[in-house]
Amino acid sequence: MWRFIGFRILQAIPVILAVITVTFFLVRAAPGGPFDSEKAVSEQVKAALEARYRLDQPMYEQYLSYLGDLLQGDMGPSFYYPGRSVNDLIFQGLPITAELGLYALLIALIIGCAAGVFAALKPNTVQDYLPMSVAMIGICMPSFLLGPLLVLIFGIWLDVMPVSGWGQTMGDKVLPSITLGAMYAAYIARLSRSGMLEVMNQDYLRTARAKGLPERTVVLRHALRGGLLPVISFLGPAFAALLSGSFVVETVFQIPGLGRFYIQAAFNRDYTMILGTTVFLSTLIVIFNLLSDIVAAWLNPRLRYQFRQ
Amino acid sequence: MLFTRARLFALSVTLLLAACGGSSDSETRVEVGNREGVFHFGNHSEPQGLDPHIVTGVPEHHILGALFEGLVTKNPYDLSIEPGVAESWEISDDGKMYTFHLRDNAKWSNGDPVTAEDFRWSWQRGMSPILGGEYSYMYNPIENAEAYNSGQMADFSQVGVKVLDDYTLQVKLAAPTPYFLQLLDHYSMFPVHRATIEKFGSPDDRLTQWAQEGNIVTNGAFVLTEWQINSHLRVEKSPLYWDADEIKLNAIVFYPTENLVTEERMFRDGQLHRTEEIPLDKLIAYQTEQPEITRVEPWIGSYFYMFNTTREPLTDVRVRKAIAMAIDRELIAETVTQGLYIKSTALVPPGTVGYNPPKTFDFNPEEARQLLAEAGYPNGEGFPPMDILYNTHEDHRKIAVAIQQMLAQNLNIQVNLVNQEWKVYLDSHNNMNYDIARRGWIGDYVDPYTFLNMYITDGGNNKTGFSNARYDDIILNLAPAELDRDKRYALYHEAETILLENMPILPIFTYQYKHLFATSVKGMPDNIMGYYNYKYVYLEPEA
Repeated sequence: MWRFIGFRILQAIPVILAVITVTFFLVRAAPGGPFDSEKAVSEQVKAALEARYRLDQPMYEQYLSYLGDLLQGDMGPSFYYPGRSVNDLIFQGLPITAELGLYALLIALIIGCAAGVFAALKPNTVQDYLPMSVAMIGICMPSFLLGPLLVLIFGIWLDVMPVSGWGQTMGDKVLPSITLGAMYAAYIARLSRSGMLEVMNQDYLRTARAKGLPERTVVLRHALRGGLLPVISFLGPAFAALLSGSFVVETVFQIPGLGRFYIQAAFNRDYTMILGTTVFLSTLIVIFNLLSDIVAAWLNPRLRYQFRQ
Repeated sequence: MLFTRARLFALSVTLLLAACGGSSDSETRVEVGNREGVFHFGNHSEPQGLDPHIVTGVPEHHILGALFEGLVTKNPYDLSIEPGVAESWEISDDGKMYTFHLRDNAKWSNGDPVTAEDFRWSWQRGMSPILGGEYSYMYNPIENAEAYNSGQMADFSQVGVKVLDDYTLQVKLAAPTPYFLQLLDHYSMFPVHRATIEKFGSPDDRLTQWAQEGNIVTNGAFVLTEWQINSHLRVEKSPLYWDADEIKLNAIVFYPTENLVTEERMFRDGQLHRTEEIPLDKLIAYQTEQPEITRVEPWIGSYFYMFNTTREPLTDVRVRKAIAMAIDRELIAETVTQGLYIKSTALVPPGTVGYNPPKTFDFNPEEARQLLAEAGYPNGEGFPPMDILYNTHEDHRKIAVAIQQMLAQNLNIQVNLVNQEWKVYLDSHNNMNYDIARRGWIGDYVDPYTFLNMYITDGGNNKTGFSNARYDDIILNLAPAELDRDKRYALYHEAETILLENMPILPIFTYQYKHLFATSVKGMPDNIMGYYNYKYVYLEPEA
C-alpha cells in the first residue's frame, strides 16, 4: 500500500511540472499582454511595467525564476491587482469556494445516492425511470440556467431567499449550494444506480438473502458498500473541480470565490494568476485522484489484496 | 451502517439549510441603508487597487472619489469647479501660472495636516518614470512634466511645481490649458500620504502594500473600513474630513457587479441603490414602466470604426467616405441598439461644454455609390474582400452585422466580420493588423482636446495612419496657446473638419450611460461625465 502511494506521488511530479511548463509558455504565447489597454501608454511607462514584472528578461530566465519562487511556495505578484500576491488571492477565495463546494457535494451525495439506490431497487419500472429522467435533466441543465431560474422563483416571485451574496444575508448560501450540487447529484444518481445494479446480482447478495436477512439489511449492509464504489472514485475529481470554483455559480450569485479569479485572470492576461490557479487546480486534481484511489482500495478487498502481493 | 451515517448527514444538512434558510420579509438592504445613511453602490467590477497613481478604471474612480480629494472638486449639476483641498486660487494673466491656497484644516485620516508639500511629493511620484502610472500623461500640461515622466529630465526641481509655504502651491504650465483645473479632480493627481507609502517600501514601487485595507491613509470625505475582494468594499464617513459636517452619507458600500443580469436582480431585490448597467433586453421595459428609476443619458464617449488608411483600397479617401455615407446610423440606433446610442457624424460628442462638432456628411447612398465609382469600383465591382474587426461582444456584433448588410445593400460590397477576445483585439489594433476596426473612446475631461489629440501624427492612440500637418499644428501648438474659448473652439472645429474630410475614422454613435437609481437617492444628477460628488448625495426614505 505505501509503495503504491509513494509511486503515485512520484508520478504526480512530472505531471505537475508539465502543467506548469505548458501553461507558462502558452499564456505568454497568447496575443495581447497584461499591460495592453485601450489607451496607449508611453514607451517609458511600458518599459517600467515590464521591468517591474521581469518581462524584460529572456523567457527561460523568467521561467527558471518562476520555478524557483514556486518551490518556495511563492506564486508571485498578481499582474492585475498591484500590491496583492497570487497566494493571498487564492487563499482569500479558497475558504469560500471550499464551503460552497462542501455544501454542494453534501447535497449531491444525499440526493444522488438516495435517488440512485432507490431506482436500482426496481429497475425498469416507474421507480427507476422517474428519478433517472430527473437526473438526466439535471445533467443537461447548465447552472447558468438553473441558477437564475431558482433565483427567479425563490428570490423574486416567492421572495423567500436572497438573490445573491455569500454570508451577507440570512439564507444566501442555500440557492448557490443547490445550483452547484444539482449537476453533481444527477451524475451521482446515475453512477450509484449502475453500481447498485451490478452488485444486486452478485452471489454474495443471493447468499445474504438465502440466509434469511430482510431486504433492508441486504441492501444497506451488503449491497451499498460495493454499489457505491463508482461514486467514491467520482468524488475525488468532483471535489477537486468544486474546490477550483464554479465561475458560473459564483458570478450568478455574486460569490467571492476562486472561480471568478480563474476566469478573470485569463481575460486580464494576469500571467502569474493564471499560472497560480492552474497549478493549484492541477495539484488538487492529482491529490484527490490519489485519495479516491486509496479510499476505493480500502473499500474493495480485491484491490487491497493486489497491493499486498 | 453506511445508511445511518447517510441519515446523519441528511439530518445535518437539513438542519444547516434550515438554519441559514431565512426569509426576507424583513427590511431590504436598501431600506435599512436609507434609514442609516448607507449607500449600496453597484460598481461593475472589482477595483484593481486603490493607489490613485496606478489604477485606471471607472470602478476605481467611483471609490477613489470617496477616499481622496484633490485641490479642487466639481459641482455635479453643471460640472463647474469647486474648492477642494485648495480653498482659493489665482491664475496669471497669461494663463500659465496657478497659485493655490490650501485650507489649513484639511487632514489625512491619521490626523496629519494636508500640506502643499504633500501635493508636490505626490505629483513627483505620479510623474515618476519608474512607477509606470498609465495616467501619468494627465500631468503633461505642467511645465517639464512630460520630460520628467519620460526620464529625459532627472531633476524634479525643473518641473513647474513649487511649494511657496505649507499652504501655498504654485504650478507653472507649459501652455495655458483652459481645462487644467478639471484635471486636478482626476484621481491621477490626488495627493497620497508620503509616510505611509514609505513605510511599505519604495514610493516608485507599484507592488507595495500601502493601499491595502488597514494600511491606507487618505484625505477624502470617507475612509476605507472593509475590503473583501470580489465581494464588497465599504467606506465610512471620516470624522477628520475638513467639511465633515456637510457629508450626509454615513457609509458607501461598493459591490463588484460584473454580471449585469445579477446586478439587475440585486436591484430588484432591494440590495442596491444604484446599478452600473441595465441589461439591454430590459431597457425598454424599465423606460416605459418605471421611468422614475431609469436613467439613460448622453455620455462623453464616442463609438466609431477606424480605417487602416495604409491598406488598399482604404488608402483612397473616396472609398472611406463612400463607406461612411452608406451607413444609416439612425436606423441602427433605433432598431439594433433600441435607442441606447445616439447617431453621430463626428468624433467629439455634441454638447462638450459649448463645443458643437462640424457636420461634413450624412447618410447618402446615392453619393456613396458615386464616390465608390470614382474610386474605380462602379457598383462595387472589383472591390477586394475586407474585414470589420470588433472585440467579442453581443452589441458590437449586432451593430457590425447591420453595417455589413448596409454596405452590401447600398454599395454592393462584401465585408467579413471578425471578432476577437479583448486582449487579442487590442494586440491587432495596436499593430494596425486590421482593415476596419471598432473603437470606443471616453473623454478624460470635458474638452474636445481629449478626443482630438488622439489623431496627431504617430500619436499612440492614432493607429490609422492618418497624418495632417495643419491638424497637428492646431492640436499641438495653436489651440493650447489660445486663451479665448471661442477662438479655441473655432480651431478645434477646423481640426475636426480636417479629420472628417480625410475620414480616417468612421463616426457611428455617441454613447449613453444607463443606470437604475432607487427613488430614495438624491443629489446624484446626470451629467455628461457620469460624475458624482458624494458631498451632495443623501438618501431620502419614502414616507
